[in-house]
Amino acid sequence: MSVFALVDPVLQGLLLGGLYALFAIGLSLSFGIMRMVNIAHGDIIILGAYATLVVVNQLGIHPLAAMVVVVPVLAGFGYLLQRILLNPVLGEDILPPLLVTFGLSVIIQNVLMAVFSADSKGVHADAIQTASISLGGGLAVGWLSLVIFVVAVAVVAGLELLFARTGLGRAFRATSDDQAVAQLMGINNRHLYAVATALAFGVTAIAGVFLAVRTTFIPTLGPSKLLVAFEVVIIGGMGSLWGTLAGAMLLGVAQVIGFRYDSGSGVLAGHLVFLVVLLLRPQGLIARTRDL
Amino acid sequence: MSGLRFKVGSATKLSRGAWIAAAVLLVVLVLAPWWAEDSDMRSIAEFAYLVAIAQMWNLLAGYGGLISVGQHAFIGIGGYVLLILSLNAGISPFLCVPIAGAFAAVMAVPFAAVVFRLHGPYFAIGTWAVADVVRLVLDDIPAIGGGSGKSLTSALMAIPGWQREATTYWIALGLGFGLTLGVYVLLRSRLGLALTAIRDSGPASESLGVKVKRVKLLVYVASAGGLGLAGALIYLTKLRISPDSAFSVDWTVLMIFIVVIGGIGTIEGPIVGTAIFFLLRGLLADYGPWYLVVLGSVAVLVMFKARSGVWGWLATRFDAQLFPTRRRITIEDQPPTAATNSAIATSK
Repeated sequence: MSVFALVDPVLQGLLLGGLYALFAIGLSLSFGIMRMVNIAHGDIIILGAYATLVVVNQLGIHPLAAMVVVVPVLAGFGYLLQRILLNPVLGEDILPPLLVTFGLSVIIQNVLMAVFSADSKGVHADAIQTASISLGGGLAVGWLSLVIFVVAVAVVAGLELLFARTGLGRAFRATSDDQAVAQLMGINNRHLYAVATALAFGVTAIAGVFLAVRTTFIPTLGPSKLLVAFEVVIIGGMGSLWGTLAGAMLLGVAQVIGFRYDSGSGVLAGHLVFLVVLLLRPQGLIARTRDL
Repeated sequence: MSGLRFKVGSATKLSRGAWIAAAVLLVVLVLAPWWAEDSDMRSIAEFAYLVAIAQMWNLLAGYGGLISVGQHAFIGIGGYVLLILSLNAGISPFLCVPIAGAFAAVMAVPFAAVVFRLHGPYFAIGTWAVADVVRLVLDDIPAIGGGSGKSLTSALMAIPGWQREATTYWIALGLGFGLTLGVYVLLRSRLGLALTAIRDSGPASESLGVKVKRVKLLVYVASAGGLGLAGALIYLTKLRISPDSAFSVDWTVLMIFIVVIGGIGTIEGPIVGTAIFFLLRGLLADYGPWYLVVLGSVAVLVMFKARSGVWGWLATRFDAQLFPTRRRITIEDQPPTAATNSAIATSK
């Protein structure tokens, strides 16, 4: 076996991890701050992809520039969704928020189906979809993959800074530790939760735009993206965004190696890594040091 | 305390009537092959197996507190046991149904080893991931049709048409009535008391000697077994199986929406929910994907306005329970006075 056959899938997998980290961060944020899991999370990614399609078709701008519109729109949607639909059902019982987001997932999928049909869609960008940098020895890295990876690292670093250094970050951490006490200290948790969801949806929208530029998509793709995001969070270890990035890279490498071995086994290989981590190291790669 | 008579029981006039009505209904439906059209029988069979799978999700989530969105794993497993045993091993398709149930229950044990490491909402998604693993593994086995699946007709061809239709129908009916009764009996047993205690407070019941983990595992396995039975039966009626359809999350969507709309944590809820589902699907048949949008919206609305579902709302409104699992005290002869109250207190 040549060095190339070994190094190339690992390299491509690590870069794929950038996209997977962007898939997972939103999920990790809402669980970390609110103990809430949005089952429609994957569908929000796909909603972001369709929003990109609409913006590109309407405004005729570059798909990556569409982010300027798609991210704030989805963040605003997240804020309203949290305030109107999710805050009222958050509480001791975990069923209501799970069920509401489960219902939302079915609703988003079927509305997308009714509006855009079940045919696969895609957006055309310029050379960035195919351009690559040669690293010598037959190795090459796609520009797009590289951009996505850099953005993912920047998002993780930015969020860590936000949590560590800003007043908003402190409020998030306080609410995560003890919601009731945080409220006694004057934190308006209804607004704070909505801001958290806006943040989560904003990051998820970035993932949606990148997904749209990378591949074609259909309305029912959401659940598979939810599973990727979930596995990344569990592999990486709950409560650490750098862990999420590491988990995403491990899952990416597993999938690419599985895919090279047999084109049907990529996703399965990812699942197996998830199961092994859950059985042998349930706390994840980077154990929780704090909740966020 | 002389003259005071009271009894502890769960039956009411209404519930005794409900049992009689259910028995009459069962007899009428069992005789359906002699009076009903084929299409009616298919509808009744579908109704019965939807009630059955909804009861299984209700047992797990409503009574066991284990909210899973991956229960379609066991429907798929049941369907594939039917496929493999009837086509490849030549076992009678009808005999495959109980075997499928047993196999699904056995498979639930290793599944539990994985998913019970997760809690709350992450448990929910974990079950889904495990279901997807099974789907992808079956996708890769060409001997059982791989990703495109297989037809079951050749396994059923040897059986005469009438006998095939009637037996399939009776199994569906048996599952609908049987699993409902099974959940009822389970809840009236010691296990049911343990479940109620755990639902009210896990740590408190643990300290009173309830083995919380074992009880939850038992409920998970029981629910898997019931879904395995139903999975085999469902694909007896559909006659064609593929990994994507058998392991589709749509099965779980149906279970959850039916239970939540009907009333979670009640025996009657899944039956009422299935009736509402049939009604909505019939009304919105011409609108394609919109019927699922409406169904999802109704379920969300229920979580907002009447968390105990349609049946739960009716039951509190009219104090009606058709199949009561809770015991209540009935005082005979005397209106409750200070004396009767102290009598109740000392009788504990």
